[in-house]
Amino acid sequence: MIWNERYECMGRDEMTQVQSERLVEMVERIYHNVAFYRRKMQDLGLEPADIKGIEDLKKLPFTTKQDLRDNYPYGLFAVPISEIVRIHASSGTTGQPTVVGYTRKDIGIWSEVVARTLRCAGVDRHDFIQIAYGYGLFTGGLGMHYGSEKLGAAVIPISGGNTQKQLQLMRDFGSTILACTPSYALYLAEAMEESGITPKDLSLRVGIFGAEPWTENMRREIENRLQIKAIDIYGLSEIIGPGVSSECMEQRGLHINEDHFIPEIIDVTTLMPLPIGSKGELVFTTVTKEGLPILRYRTRDLTTLHDDACPCGRTLIRMDKCTGRSDDMLIIRGVNIFPSQIESILLDMGETKPHYLLIVDRINNLDTLEVWVEVEGEYFSDEIRKLEALTAKIRHRMESTLGITVKVKLVEHKTIARSEGKAKRVIDKRNMV
Amino acid sequence: MIIKQLSVFLENTAGRLTEVSETLGAHNINMSAFSLADTSEYGILRVIVSDPLSAVECLKEKGFSVSLTDVICLVVPHTPGALSKALRILSDHEISIEYMYAFAVNERASVVIRTDEAEKAVEALQQHKMELMKADDIVF
Repeated sequence: MIWNERYECMGRDEMTQVQSERLVEMVERIYHNVAFYRRKMQDLGLEPADIKGIEDLKKLPFTTKQDLRDNYPYGLFAVPISEIVRIHASSGTTGQPTVVGYTRKDIGIWSEVVARTLRCAGVDRHDFIQIAYGYGLFTGGLGMHYGSEKLGAAVIPISGGNTQKQLQLMRDFGSTILACTPSYALYLAEAMEESGITPKDLSLRVGIFGAEPWTENMRREIENRLQIKAIDIYGLSEIIGPGVSSECMEQRGLHINEDHFIPEIIDVTTLMPLPIGSKGELVFTTVTKEGLPILRYRTRDLTTLHDDACPCGRTLIRMDKCTGRSDDMLIIRGVNIFPSQIESILLDMGETKPHYLLIVDRINNLDTLEVWVEVEGEYFSDEIRKLEALTAKIRHRMESTLGITVKVKLVEHKTIARSEGKAKRVIDKRNMV
Repeated sequence: MIIKQLSVFLENTAGRLTEVSETLGAHNINMSAFSLADTSEYGILRVIVSDPLSAVECLKEKGFSVSLTDVICLVVPHTPGALSKALRILSDHEISIEYMYAFAVNERASVVIRTDEAEKAVEALQQHKMELMKADDIVF
């Protein structure tokens, strides 16, 4: 049950060889085709010839999300736009999304790594896969879609939401695989119980869950309530989308498709690479992608890598479930949200003080976001009609920028603690660790 | 004729109203009239006080969200139909009322009215010889 035995079970020396060759070729390409990287390398006194293999990876400059924003929308593309066949984007800060582009070959690579992911989870061509990740600019839906077709499974492209329809099709179409966010899986389990549907009425066997952090407790709960095996997958649009790494049936960490995405763990303070087995920030270099190749992308996800043998037979390096972030990004219902986004919306509106507090919770297995805003001084109208209009306006602006439902609550002046240094802006009640 | 009304934003938590009245009391500020508007999430206290500026200051110090709002205070006879005459004048002048609260003692009734066009309302009511209270008239 291994999709690409040659690469997934490759010996370490040979993998190092493959990665080195691909890295050298990629650096050459990126240096000549992307002005941003050429400048960055020149600033470090580097030429493509200085990179002879993965031992030289640490010499290369990092890439951050801010770099992608600064080069919005196509500044980091390494091919002419005529070669691009697909654009995806992640929700943006202050209305500016992070844009990623794929060539036809990139779509092929993406399908390949997602097919590996699915096979890792025991999926084959006899399966019906219900894809309840959102289709559209988000990479989740279409990424899973192309990989499933490549594998040969029957795709049910229902996209996210519409819970009753999800349940009906799951039962009537005999879906064997469910792909969605883990919190939506629990929400579906709840809706099932309310509708009197039991796992016995369904053919579900495996769930492929990602796009948000989840705990081992959640895994056990999903596995018990849906009577399935719950597999964790990891991906981010900047690298490719889903398909970066995935658990196998052993559930002992996520195998990274390292022949395409070379992982490193760095120390968050010194930015120096750490030896395998140390916890730190995960960094990826894409060595095969054409449209948007990326050097040492700082994911901000904290994890540990492992290279001991996995009983499944794959030799691909494994990463632990991500346990935190090295920045303040929140993942709410699979959507990436930075507190600074909230602040800039409030500043931009200019109708309240930019003092806010985000309350993140998980109610009935769905993430909720409540934004507390202080009414104060010249902004405080004593007419309820005006306060309600203000609440509605803030909610509307937040929802259209962030792309998720927000509850806005007006609070008294100084409810939100002031702080000299880093203000406490977020209360996350979800207990992710 | 325009009176500064004290408005206080209150979260729906126990004891907040008590704190407001205690703070005002401690600063020797008297309340002549007030109303409390409530929603599911918060309330708004609107008060006519003896010293609006000091009231704002001492409540702000206690961390309350406060503001001053222009209102007018109309006096009408405590008889059937008296208020309707005044309201007719305002509606004929297309002055809309945001909120109002009233109290009647013996022969007179006082009505606090909030409108976006306080000056215009004062003018219209005075034209029709309606009685309005000045801030100083309010007996504390």
